[in-house]
Amino acid sequence: MQNLALGGLLLAAAVVPLVSDGYWLSIATTAMMYIALSTSWALFSGPTHLIALSTGAFFGIGGYMVGTGMSDYEQSFWTMALIAPLVATALALLVGLATLRLSGVYFVIFTLGLAEMVRNLVSWVQNNFLGSRGLYVLTDFTEAHIYWMLLAVAAVVFLAGSWLNRSRLGFALRIIGNDEEVARHVGINTAWSKVILFMTTGFFAALVGAIVAPRYSYIEPNVVFSPELSFMVVIMALLGGVHRLWGPLVGVIPFTLAWEAITVSFPNSTTLFLGLSFLLIVYLIPHGFTGLFETMLGRMRK
Amino acid sequence: MTYTLKRRAMVFGAGAALGISTLMASTALAAEPIKFGVVAHLTGPLAGGEAVTHTPNIEFWANQVNARGGLKVDGEMRPVEIITYDDKTNPAEHIKAVQRLATQDEVDFMLSPYGTGFNIAAAPIYAKYNYPLVAVSAITDQIPTLTKRFPNMFFTLGTTSGFVEGVRDTLVTMRDAGTIGNRVAMVNVADAFGIELADKARPMLAEAGFEIVYDKSYPLGTPDLSPVIKGAKNAEPDTFVAWSYPPDTFGLTEQAIIEDLNVKVFYTAVATAFPAYAGKFGSKIEGNIGAGGVNPDTPIMQEYRTNHKAVTGKEADYWASATYYSSLQVLEQAIEGVGTIDRAATVEFIKTNSFDTVIGTISFNENNNSERYWSVGQWRDGVFRAVADTGMGDSVSAVAKDGWN
Repeated sequence: MQNLALGGLLLAAAVVPLVSDGYWLSIATTAMMYIALSTSWALFSGPTHLIALSTGAFFGIGGYMVGTGMSDYEQSFWTMALIAPLVATALALLVGLATLRLSGVYFVIFTLGLAEMVRNLVSWVQNNFLGSRGLYVLTDFTEAHIYWMLLAVAAVVFLAGSWLNRSRLGFALRIIGNDEEVARHVGINTAWSKVILFMTTGFFAALVGAIVAPRYSYIEPNVVFSPELSFMVVIMALLGGVHRLWGPLVGVIPFTLAWEAITVSFPNSTTLFLGLSFLLIVYLIPHGFTGLFETMLGRMRK
Repeated sequence: MTYTLKRRAMVFGAGAALGISTLMASTALAAEPIKFGVVAHLTGPLAGGEAVTHTPNIEFWANQVNARGGLKVDGEMRPVEIITYDDKTNPAEHIKAVQRLATQDEVDFMLSPYGTGFNIAAAPIYAKYNYPLVAVSAITDQIPTLTKRFPNMFFTLGTTSGFVEGVRDTLVTMRDAGTIGNRVAMVNVADAFGIELADKARPMLAEAGFEIVYDKSYPLGTPDLSPVIKGAKNAEPDTFVAWSYPPDTFGLTEQAIIEDLNVKVFYTAVATAFPAYAGKFGSKIEGNIGAGGVNPDTPIMQEYRTNHKAVTGKEADYWASATYYSSLQVLEQAIEGVGTIDRAATVEFIKTNSFDTVIGTISFNENNNSERYWSVGQWRDGVFRAVADTGMGDSVSAVAKDGWN
């Protein structure tokens, strides 16, 4: 029954480009990008309670590598879309090994600086060793193609998440999130469990970055390595709630629509609204929409 | 299938009915405005450049056209109305806003955005709905590829190679005149456009017989540029060339003044042409060379600068400002030339006609590129004059810089 419902939802999402064109499809594409990013973000940050602000860094690697590969090395989009997530995964491994022994706020601060650090690093490498002819990503993809690719990634993230929830690794992560001390005492390799999940989110963020690159057509490093993107992903996931796999999904859709309304009505104060919504979510709905639904359901049962 | 067909027929019917009713309304009320959409960077990294080069020109142009009673379309004078959205210098927001203009606001035409990346990112949507895209703030060597893909896209401000060639030609002329020697110190900002320009300049300068005695980059957003200038000074160059962005153009100039970098040529790229550059450094930058330049002596340019100041309260910059205004004139003349709101016909009109603008006559070659632009300018008595160009032919010769006084 549940599988049938999920299949129906997937099918409904897949026909969006056929029934809507232009404006609504561009909103749906942006929403789909955030669904994939937020859900994969929550795979790691949900159970471990570690707020990672590294999405921008991995997303940037995806976009940047597709740009430089296609523009300077005449590689196909598909080759680069395959390589980029692997590079991001390797980077996540290094970063994870170095920082996931840190706990709490130290980790958050480190990931906040990561996007900026990676941008400077790739710019330095490109400047000194590779050179550039401009990062053009010219393909024949339409917005509908990009939407479908993002939908496929989102579906894979959901499958991975649902497998994870039932696996030993997922169980271990939940224990780590509740009490790392206990987890260590029962013999869980806490560092490695966290690193593996962190690599997974890095992989998906870079894949999404690579897929979105043709939509941008021209990659500017300070645009793809955007700290704002990292915050948006966190806010949307928290709004939905991160303790359920489908939580971020119910956060992204209303947030994208509300964001659109804010952008149209108050073009000069969007950052203010971003901050306000962050505060409101944290104070009023700390467990997100899913938490809210569950509390209400619980009350009704009583 | 039948369902979609029916739906489409219905939509078409509704559209036609709506079209007829608008037509009736417009003839009844007369002078319904022509809607122009623009997605601007009101906030974010590129907001500064947008505010200098684009926004005042749009205001000025709308003011000028409406003062004349509007544009003559379908036999009547219709005023222009500008609809602006902010994209926060974010391409995803930009694409969404362009879609919104095209399908929700249903604007009649759109004005080109600021920045190479944004022009290219928006191009597919302009192409889909047949909007002519007369790009200005977009400098690229990919013009033929891009215009083949997007036949409604036009370029007016030149190519990356053209810019570097302008610098090389200026230096060669000065060396042949005995003004400077062969020693060049070159620095660049380690970011997309800066890297691309430096990459082109290295072989080009070497081939022209120059010796690059110092070659360094600095990260985007470096607050302290004194090591860069000190390093260049130690190399004792005749010429200093920086492929720089606005913040570092200001930063490098400030350090050069502090260090008293004694060079005959001091070149900085983007933002050297901004009035704020002269405003900040005054007479100290006399003789400085940079990207852009205009011919300030033609009556039409003088009139443009005076009125731009009078209407917007801001001084036009000495590079893309006049070209951006010219791009609006191209659009305006093409719309009136076609005589009705027909975007496909307007694109065709732009391809096949020439236009009188504040930078002179503009026409487009087979790649939709206007091959007339100034590429290098020099500050002379508070005016940034072109000293190198492509197809303009009215540049003056550059002179040696004589200290930071």
